[in-house]
Amino acid sequence: MTIATSTELICFLILSSVIVSGALGVVLIDNIVYSAFLLGGVFMSVAGLYLLLNASFVAAAQILVYVGAVNVLILFAIMLVNKQEELKPIKGLKIRRFFSGCVCAGLLALLFRVDITTNWATPGPKAIGEIATERIGEHLFTDYLLPFELASVLLLMAMIGAIVLARRDVISIELESTDSIPQNIINNSTDNVLLDQSSD
Amino acid sequence: MFNSQELIPLNAYLLIASILFCIGVWGLINSRNAVRVLMSIELMLNGVNINLMAFSSYIDGNIIRGQVFTVFVITVAAAEAAVGLAILLSLYRNRTTVDMESFNLLKW
Repeated sequence: MTIATSTELICFLILSSVIVSGALGVVLIDNIVYSAFLLGGVFMSVAGLYLLLNASFVAAAQILVYVGAVNVLILFAIMLVNKQEELKPIKGLKIRRFFSGCVCAGLLALLFRVDITTNWATPGPKAIGEIATERIGEHLFTDYLLPFELASVLLLMAMIGAIVLARRDVISIELESTDSIPQNIINNSTDNVLLDQSSD
Repeated sequence: MFNSQELIPLNAYLLIASILFCIGVWGLINSRNAVRVLMSIELMLNGVNINLMAFSSYIDGNIIRGQVFTVFVITVAAAEAAVGLAILLSLYRNRTTVDMESFNLLKW
């Protein structure tokens, strides 16, 4: 076993243990801020696995999108809704957790069996390694052009939808209290569109 | 059981992906905080992505269709996170709670 292969093996073991323990921490730790930071660690480790799989572009995209955008978005959402509230107890919670744990363990056993017993067609063709980025670009602009364009439309729709859903209509009080605002803005609006519904 | 020709077999990546997916499913069912539900969904998507990348590298090494699909899944995950958190903020404004048990508008 050369130094390169043993390094690869050690990296894989470290990354996979970080992934599993971090994912368990995300769902089990009570403090949700710790969960969010652990989720960032899981995303970084998954990017490391992609590097082990000869996919540097997807690893970079994973870090940019997941760690840079999704995780920061989750942290901002936690800041916005961070209220220490006492969750009221519901009956049968333990039983519910036990049964859902059984279902997930069964699913895990099923997936493990499929993973191990199937004869995958390895080794396949030799991996192309460093020119994978060029190949992804060729795919995106030839045979995957339609999904690529659909993804751009989807991102636009998601952006508009997020703005519409999360918008906070707070211009009503200033509009009603001053006279210099043109009256037709107020007259054209219906009653509770411009009211701040978050004040109560 | 494991193919001994390569150092890290394909099965190892698939097992990691399965564990990640099942942890995500458990968290999705059992979380009472709505933000944690979204985090569990991201965990599940990452498990699926590891699967796609492993198959792309081991079986489809010269065409790498799996990597293209992973890029699309990352795009959809980003859009989903944005819309999901916007819905969460809207719900929090109306209900002033993030407890999943109190979101029972669709209960019949």
